[in-house]
Amino acid sequence: MMTTPTAALAGFQARRRAVRSRSIKAWYRNGSLMAGIVVVGLLVLVAVLAPVLAPYDPIAQHLTDVLQPPSAAHWLGTDKFGRDVLSRLIWGAQVDLRVGFLAVLIPFVVGSVLGAIAGYFGGWLDTVLMRIVDIFFAFPFYVMVIALVFVLGAGEASIYIAIAAVSWVSYARIVRGEVLIAKKQDYVVAARLGGMSHARILTRHIGPNVLSQAIIYGMSDIVMDIMAIVTLGYLGLGINPPTAEWGSMINDGQEFITTQWQQATIPGLVVVVTSLGLSWLGDGLSDLLSPERRK
Amino acid sequence: MLHRLRFLPGRLIQSIPVVFGVTLIVFFMARLLPGNPALAILGQRATAAAVAALDKQLGLDTPIWEQYFLFMGRLFQGNLGTSLTYQLPVTQLVAQAIPVSLSLLGMALLLSLVISIPFAALAAFKPGSGRDLAVRGFTLLGQGMPQFWLAIMLILLLAVGAHAFPVGGYGTSALDHPYYLFLPALTLAITMCPTVIRSLRSSIIGVLGSEYIGTAKSKGSYGAALFRGHVLRNAAIPTVSIIGVNLGFLVGGSLVIEKVFALPGLGSLMINAIFARDFPTIQGVTLFVALFVVAVGILTDVVYTMLDPRVNLGAKDQS
Repeated sequence: MMTTPTAALAGFQARRRAVRSRSIKAWYRNGSLMAGIVVVGLLVLVAVLAPVLAPYDPIAQHLTDVLQPPSAAHWLGTDKFGRDVLSRLIWGAQVDLRVGFLAVLIPFVVGSVLGAIAGYFGGWLDTVLMRIVDIFFAFPFYVMVIALVFVLGAGEASIYIAIAAVSWVSYARIVRGEVLIAKKQDYVVAARLGGMSHARILTRHIGPNVLSQAIIYGMSDIVMDIMAIVTLGYLGLGINPPTAEWGSMINDGQEFITTQWQQATIPGLVVVVTSLGLSWLGDGLSDLLSPERRK
Repeated sequence: MLHRLRFLPGRLIQSIPVVFGVTLIVFFMARLLPGNPALAILGQRATAAAVAALDKQLGLDTPIWEQYFLFMGRLFQGNLGTSLTYQLPVTQLVAQAIPVSLSLLGMALLLSLVISIPFAALAAFKPGSGRDLAVRGFTLLGQGMPQFWLAIMLILLLAVGAHAFPVGGYGTSALDHPYYLFLPALTLAITMCPTVIRSLRSSIIGVLGSEYIGTAKSKGSYGAALFRGHVLRNAAIPTVSIIGVNLGFLVGGSLVIEKVFALPGLGSLMINAIFARDFPTIQGVTLFVALFVVAVGILTDVVYTMLDPRVNLGAKDQS
């Protein structure tokens, strides 16, 4: 059946309108995306406004006021150094969120680039890179991170390096798999026949199409990284004291769990809320970025 | 049955470079220590004699490739070096810790299946229903809890509060151990559940929609018998590989959990070694754990092929 150009155009425009209104609806209907944005947004706001919101200096010690129960002056009480627990919780958001978000960046970039190269060019390059990935996969996340942080010395920089060293492999695997599929698609073959360079095809044509899976994974990876930072802090291998950090706060509070249960409990609850928010955000994004994979 | 394991020799050969890579990484980790590794390990107040002795033990006075061969040579003899804190062979320390860690892992795995199967079934029989959403909420929550914090909460509720379980330790007799292991295993199980539940849920949904379930139903099978005999059997297969892949996660988590509950396993060994700057022990545990994960990967493939006659890893090309 033949269609006139105008009819085809009208059909095309109608389709485009439908797609657009569907995607706007998807934004509103996507409850988990909205919930995620609200929770994560609030947490980021608290972190940014920490200097304004925190009633006390998070590291100032008041040795006459140690282990105070919750009161009007100290809503969540004070810790064993007389520091205000609420203030430390608020300032902790700054440290934990910052490290969590930043720690994802290096492995995301390194893993995606290596994975894309391995998948696109294939051959011995792919074999070698994927064997290296297999080797890194043999080390459980915490074992490697803890060993590396020990070797590199405690502190923020070591945490970034250790997490990057462990988690780039997941991005490499995901992106490689996506590239393997994408490179057989017609648009890539067409671009190649059109004489485009490999670099241009990878960055302009394949890249945007394969990155959504890596981004979706990245959202759950942030949760994992925040867990790692909190765990390292709890073990005394994380951000150096006396900086306020949720994990070390739980460790400080554990001693007094029978008398001052809120000291260890509340920072953990905040971590739970943070990861819930990030998981919702990730779920929402995954619906938005790859609707065809919706379960 | 055995012909399906034809892939095994190839799989074993494939893992040889991985094992070598693992040893390389563990070996070079020591070289990442800033400055003189021996000095970095022993700390600034170490005597010159102690530094020289450790230099010799680590073989730091020879070229780097020679050091690696030395390291590998010792490894093949089962020698992981001597612990700086205990002055005992690291292999001996690791061997003492293995039963504790393995029992913890085993119990955690068992508990996570006991928790996951009913939850997954509950969710899968009515996808999109209220109880499906509730189970989904539970899995998100389980994923979002730091393991050590969950451990502290369980101690607070069940050990300090209800006096139902000990707050830590491993007990003295073999009969004590399961009792002492229960809370740490439960902690690990709860954080492992989300992954297992999600995998089981989606495969149960898949199985329920298949023709053979229709056939089984039309032949009069229903309820628990249908679930056990037809649904669970088939739905369990993908979950086996998910558990295999995530065992590394479980092992990593058990590290921290052992520390919280003062269980004398590999995790406590490693974390105590970190604070004692006992590098040979850290290296030994890291190496052992990585090799264990490689072995579990192979084992998972074996179990997977045994369970599902349709899987054929011996067939060409599975990249």
